[in-house]
Amino acid sequence: MKKYTYTEKKDTRSGFGAGLHEAGKKNENVVALCADLVGSLKMDAFIKDFPERFTQVGIAEANMIGIAAGMTIGGKIPFTGTFANFSTGRVYDQIRQSVAYSNKNVKICASHAGLTLGEDGATHQILEDIGLMKMLPGMVVINPCDYNQTKAATMAIAEYEGPVYLRFGRPVIPVFTDPDQKFEIGKAWMVNEGTDVTIIATGHMVWKAIEAGEKLAELGIDAEIINIHTIKPLDDEAILKSVKKTGCVVTCEEHNKFGGLGESVARLLTTELPTPQEFVATNDTFGESGTPDQLMSKYGLDAVNIVEAVQKVIGRKK
Amino acid sequence: MKHTIKELEDIASQIRRDIVRMVHGCQSGHPGASLGCADFFTALYFEVLNHKTDFTMEGAGEDLFFLSNGHISPVWYSTLAHAGYFDKSELATFRKLDSRLQGHPTTHEHLPGIRIASGSLGQGLSVAIGAALAKKLNGDKSHIFALLGDGELQEGQNWEAAMFAPFNKVDHLIASVDYNGQQIDGPTSKVLALDDLQAKFEAFGWHVINTDGNDMQAIVEGLHYAKTLTGKGKPILNLMSTQMGAGVDYMMGTHKWHGTAPNDEQLAAALAQLPETLGDY
Ligand SMILES: Cc1ncc(C[n+]2csc(CCOP(=O)(O)OP(=O)(O)O)c2C)c(N)n1
Repeated sequence: MKKYTYTEKKDTRSGFGAGLHEAGKKNENVVALCADLVGSLKMDAFIKDFPERFTQVGIAEANMIGIAAGMTIGGKIPFTGTFANFSTGRVYDQIRQSVAYSNKNVKICASHAGLTLGEDGATHQILEDIGLMKMLPGMVVINPCDYNQTKAATMAIAEYEGPVYLRFGRPVIPVFTDPDQKFEIGKAWMVNEGTDVTIIATGHMVWKAIEAGEKLAELGIDAEIINIHTIKPLDDEAILKSVKKTGCVVTCEEHNKFGGLGESVARLLTTELPTPQEFVATNDTFGESGTPDQLMSKYGLDAVNIVEAVQKVIGRKK
Repeated sequence: MKHTIKELEDIASQIRRDIVRMVHGCQSGHPGASLGCADFFTALYFEVLNHKTDFTMEGAGEDLFFLSNGHISPVWYSTLAHAGYFDKSELATFRKLDSRLQGHPTTHEHLPGIRIASGSLGQGLSVAIGAALAKKLNGDKSHIFALLGDGELQEGQNWEAAMFAPFNKVDHLIASVDYNGQQIDGPTSKVLALDDLQAKFEAFGWHVINTDGNDMQAIVEGLHYAKTLTGKGKPILNLMSTQMGAGVDYMMGTHKWHGTAPNDEQLAAALAQLPETLGDY
């Protein structure tokens, strides 16, 4: 198992803030909009340097999406910012009609996704957003795994033409990817090569998959770990190549197993290469209040759960 | 009056203590507007609302209350506990794992007193209207109360509801706005100004009254007066001016305490200003 270490922990939303600032410096068409959550979205640096390119819309997410769509018509590249729940479910039809169907170059940037939002509870913890967004034709869906990858992804989507959903989170987690990485939309990242099982992880679950990989190595199981940061378009090639070698797969996401990354992988495999698969994901449930660690543990999203899923899926190999 | 003004003020003081202790206990949550609305909640539950504490979802024959700005759950939970809906010891579980006192109010955990989830802003007025329509269909002449944040009024759904209620003569509805002039990113006047809310609601067909939400006498009288205005074809809007953080000097008048928990020292400073009257949980 390749050794991954970290010297600091940071939140992925700060990676977004830093990436937005960089994208703003690079391209004067980059504009930002926020619905009364500037601090939570870490937009301060952008606002400080480009006050005239920032729009505070107030607590009015539907209006924000519409305004963003309109701004693209003048050649702007709008980045909207609010919590993941209010970025998706709250404004689904506004995104569907004015952004996705109209193919507008809006970047929907969503913080506090998943259970790790913590104490605010289920009203704010969306576990369905990947599903909602990936179902929209033409929508790119990205869920980066640490500060550096989120920063790189934010800069990359500024250069990509078309609607994007960028999902990130609130808690501080290890920073373990390359600070100078080049982010390629739709391209999987090989975290660790192995032969016994393919672990496919996205977002906060990637570090947990690495922890699981270390535990599995101690048990004599050689896990291949792939980071799928872009859930749509999915890197079919990387997944098929790995699964051909390992013969079984575990998908890991901080999301409902209905509609998430796991289902995208299952759809691919069932048509191209039927393979035993286990899902590490929430099981058709809402979240609740608690600390992020407590919730990840209660809802089965820890390294131990990945280890168990791997053992189970290996047992199902023919 | 069921209580003297002094008695009500004492209850509000205890609720304020509970709020800062609850938010401190889990190091998260929203003290600012919870404190600002402590007098309103006290007046509502201990003086105005016709309600039973053996809770039923339908609340037939009872007045119902809906909290649209669900983030101020601490003030509601403390009020419900002191009003007898559940034991005050449960306040210690606020926002902790496996608690019925979720970060934002929810029916999912079956906490007595709560009839709908809130937290995602801008939805409560519609729900209150729906409950009022159902009461009308049931021939139940009880009142429906709702509380909305002022920043929350930036959500468009409120204005859909604001248009609906007068047109459909939803006239047993008393909606109060927590008019504290603050939201997360700053004063409401700087983020997206609400300007003349009275004129806006009147233009939509509401009967608007103004109250001072941090003066117990005024808020009790205002809510009683609002009740006398019902049944006359118009919904009632109570524009209630409050101070964010009311009762804790260093939290007052700034958006900074919208959603920040006090540390140990700040907690002590807050409690020193808030007499313990009914016993801490
Ligand atoms: C739909 C939605 N968007 C954003 C938020 C995040 N949020 C929580 S409270 C708040 C500010 C609310 O302002 P106001 O209604 O004035 O309440 P106060 O600041 O007085 O507590 C925001 C933006 C939310 N809970 N729901």
